[in-house]
Amino acid sequence: MISFIFKRLLQSIVVMLAVALIAFSMFRFIGDPINNMVGQDTTQEEREALAERLGLNDPFFVQFGRFALHAAEGDFGISYKYREPVSTLIKARLSATLELSFVAAVLTLVVGIPLGVYTALKGKGLISKGIMTLSLVGVSLPTFLIGILLILLFGVILRWLPTFGRGDVVAIGWWTTGFLTASGIKSLILPSITLALFQMTLIMRLVRAEMLEVLRTDFIKFARARGLPDRSVHFKHALKNTLVPVITVTGLQLGALIAFAIITESVFQWPGMGLLFIQAVSDVDIPIMAAYLVLIAFFFVVINMIVDILYFTVDPRLRADSAA
Amino acid sequence: MDLLNINNLRIEFPSRHGTVIAVDDVTLTVQPGEVLGVVGESGAGKSTIGNAVIGLLEPPGEMTGGHVLLKSEQIDTLSPEAKRKIRGRRIGMIFQDPLTSLDPLQTIEQQLVETIDLHLKLGEKKSQERAVDLLRQVGIPDPENRIKNYPHQFSGGMRQRVVIALALCAEPEVIIADEPTTALDVSIQAQILELMRRLCKDKKVGMLIITHDMGVIADITDRVAVMYHGKLVEEGTTAKILGNPDHPYTQSLISAVPRPDVRLKRFPMVNYIEAESERPKNIDLSTHWLGRHRDFEAVDGPLLSLKNLVMTFVTRPAFLKRNRVSFNAVDDVSFDIAEGEVFGLVGESGSGKSTVARMICSLYKPAAGEVNFAGTDLTKIKSETERDYFRRQMQMIFQDPFSSLNGRMRVMDIIAEPIRFHKLATSNREVEQIVNDLLDHVGLGARASVRFPHEFSGGQRQRISIARALATRPRFLICDEPTSALDVSIQAQILNLLKDLQEELGLTMLFISHDLPVIRQMCDRVGVMKQGKLVEVSATEDLFERPTAAYTRELLDLMPRLDQLSHEGLEVVER
Repeated sequence: MISFIFKRLLQSIVVMLAVALIAFSMFRFIGDPINNMVGQDTTQEEREALAERLGLNDPFFVQFGRFALHAAEGDFGISYKYREPVSTLIKARLSATLELSFVAAVLTLVVGIPLGVYTALKGKGLISKGIMTLSLVGVSLPTFLIGILLILLFGVILRWLPTFGRGDVVAIGWWTTGFLTASGIKSLILPSITLALFQMTLIMRLVRAEMLEVLRTDFIKFARARGLPDRSVHFKHALKNTLVPVITVTGLQLGALIAFAIITESVFQWPGMGLLFIQAVSDVDIPIMAAYLVLIAFFFVVINMIVDILYFTVDPRLRADSAA
Repeated sequence: MDLLNINNLRIEFPSRHGTVIAVDDVTLTVQPGEVLGVVGESGAGKSTIGNAVIGLLEPPGEMTGGHVLLKSEQIDTLSPEAKRKIRGRRIGMIFQDPLTSLDPLQTIEQQLVETIDLHLKLGEKKSQERAVDLLRQVGIPDPENRIKNYPHQFSGGMRQRVVIALALCAEPEVIIADEPTTALDVSIQAQILELMRRLCKDKKVGMLIITHDMGVIADITDRVAVMYHGKLVEEGTTAKILGNPDHPYTQSLISAVPRPDVRLKRFPMVNYIEAESERPKNIDLSTHWLGRHRDFEAVDGPLLSLKNLVMTFVTRPAFLKRNRVSFNAVDDVSFDIAEGEVFGLVGESGSGKSTVARMICSLYKPAAGEVNFAGTDLTKIKSETERDYFRRQMQMIFQDPFSSLNGRMRVMDIIAEPIRFHKLATSNREVEQIVNDLLDHVGLGARASVRFPHEFSGGQRQRISIARALATRPRFLICDEPTSALDVSIQAQILNLLKDLQEELGLTMLFISHDLPVIRQMCDRVGVMKQGKLVEVSATEDLFERPTAAYTRELLDLMPRLDQLSHEGLEVVER
């Protein structure tokens, strides 16, 4: 187990270095960094002095090493547009994105898994046929459309919920949270549903398919032949055996939730990293883009680590291999 | 009073193409302490009876007639909840495959305690004690500690013991065992059957044992019921059914059982089932493509000669070489096969038989040793052209007829592929003609060529595999358990076919099997393998009559006694 974690850590470092290399090469190949920083009337001498001061004349690998070291400390330089350190900008918006993604992920699991189990067990009922049909809508409608429709219905027509922003937030250190105010929670509802809807239907369909598969296995048949009640057969034996693939997909989707909250954030003007990133793209604000890239890769790597460790706790067969 | 009565049972499976009658008017009784065998081939409806008795018929199957009585109480009309309470409590069930019968994510303690507590309401503590006690009864060593283990930490035989312990949790009155030993090695099979028989006699449990294996029937049952196409064709004491069967189907079935005691020329009367088993049109081998060009260079000495073959698998990889754990799947194996000889390789699962076969046809690269084929060491060949030259002479037939054929290709393309690859025919028309002739020759008929593999039964697919192997006009055929996935009468037909082909074409064969009686019917000489080592090589008849190695004697002792089998109409090969 420990050697396994150690191996995964080494792999993670390689992945992070590769991503850092791509992020770093953006500086070199998308426009000239000096031009991006200085005004039109700067003289050639001043430009060269700046390049020398910023280390832009050093060899490629020295520059990359410097970038990677700084990035490891959370220092991604200064935004071209805001003239502020990128780390400060991201910190201010990180909490918004993470809270939104967290709520969406919880919603996905809390709704998706039970619906998946229900439709697997009661496959012939009218309700599960209805759910399956609706889930097709969830899979096929694009996120921005769902967001706009929700805004139209709950924000414009019914006027129940706010249509943009985070509402009032409470600051705890550098972290700002919307969980502690009524308007904060109200503001979370529409964006998190929008973000979760696709994932929800995905998890539901996955759980349903896995569950149907497991229900056909011999050990379920044998459990029934021992007279175990349906409740135990379905939840104690069958559901647990569907979890390994569900964990895999949930982990990957959680990363996707954080990374691709961009659309939802733009629709709801949610002050998160996605919004920051979109603006950075249109402004060619490379330090922010680089930082975003590295940060999202970091989230994916961490989540995947957690997923791998969860495998060990769920499936004893994997534990045995490393213990033997 | 009868323990279990099944009266005029009729089970139907409605489908789009009309209703299939899976079980038709079957009546059976089981007494306390009695073992009743239900025998028949796949699709005969045996398992459906077992499922119906415990109320677990798979939809859309339904009982449309008859009753099931447990101690004179009708149980088939009970509510689903009442049926559930009988399952496990009064009727226990054991399934075929111990590897998949247990929940892989729970310790066996969790599974035992849940079942015991459910039926006997003993509470956690007492249930645990009973669980340990049950494991001891079914012969699991060190039950106090082993009970904390997960299913995957047990071997197949031990897992089947756990399954039996689970079925015995609440002291049921009836046990239904559906092919309980089919997935196990002979030595484990003997132990499990002995255990089941003892439990049955000690506890006065009635047992219904469903199997296709005459060896199991001979070993354990008191009475036998023979099923064919959903109908009960014959019932009687085990001695009567095996020794003097009345019904033609039973006679055919018995004649198809490979005999451990004598070697037969061919299996007689095996054509009761598969209509296409007759060879409608034989081709004249002296003029046909398949028979011509068999002018392989003559070899001095043996055709195949293995020298000190070793194959190593790493079971625990590690960065440092000294931390790696590996084992020798094949350990210093040497033997020769002469041209035209059928050499058998026998041993239990994991003994390295198949690994040897794979090294011979260069699917595995041996860790050490030589594979000399027609005087050339195949392990030293570098060029692909030269390798193809030898590959063409050497073909393989695999065990599982379902996964060894590409389901997306038509039979024509499956068989034509090796002919085209090795450029053995000049035109497409010739290739098609050859394929059709091959299909005729293996008894399928040329009509089969336009169909897909899934349209065929297991036996027919194995015929396709044989035709594909013949398509390169090989001189050496490796058959890796070619019949162990087949029913006994189909097995007899396939073995007959292989015998005929071997004779007609003068093929040299390596025949791998775990089944000693099959080896006796097929092979001229036999090698016995145990844990990667070759423990004995001798002529087949000598091996069966005068085994030298202790392990061979052990294996022979474990063979099911089939002395009671009828000897009528057999053509024995004289020694």
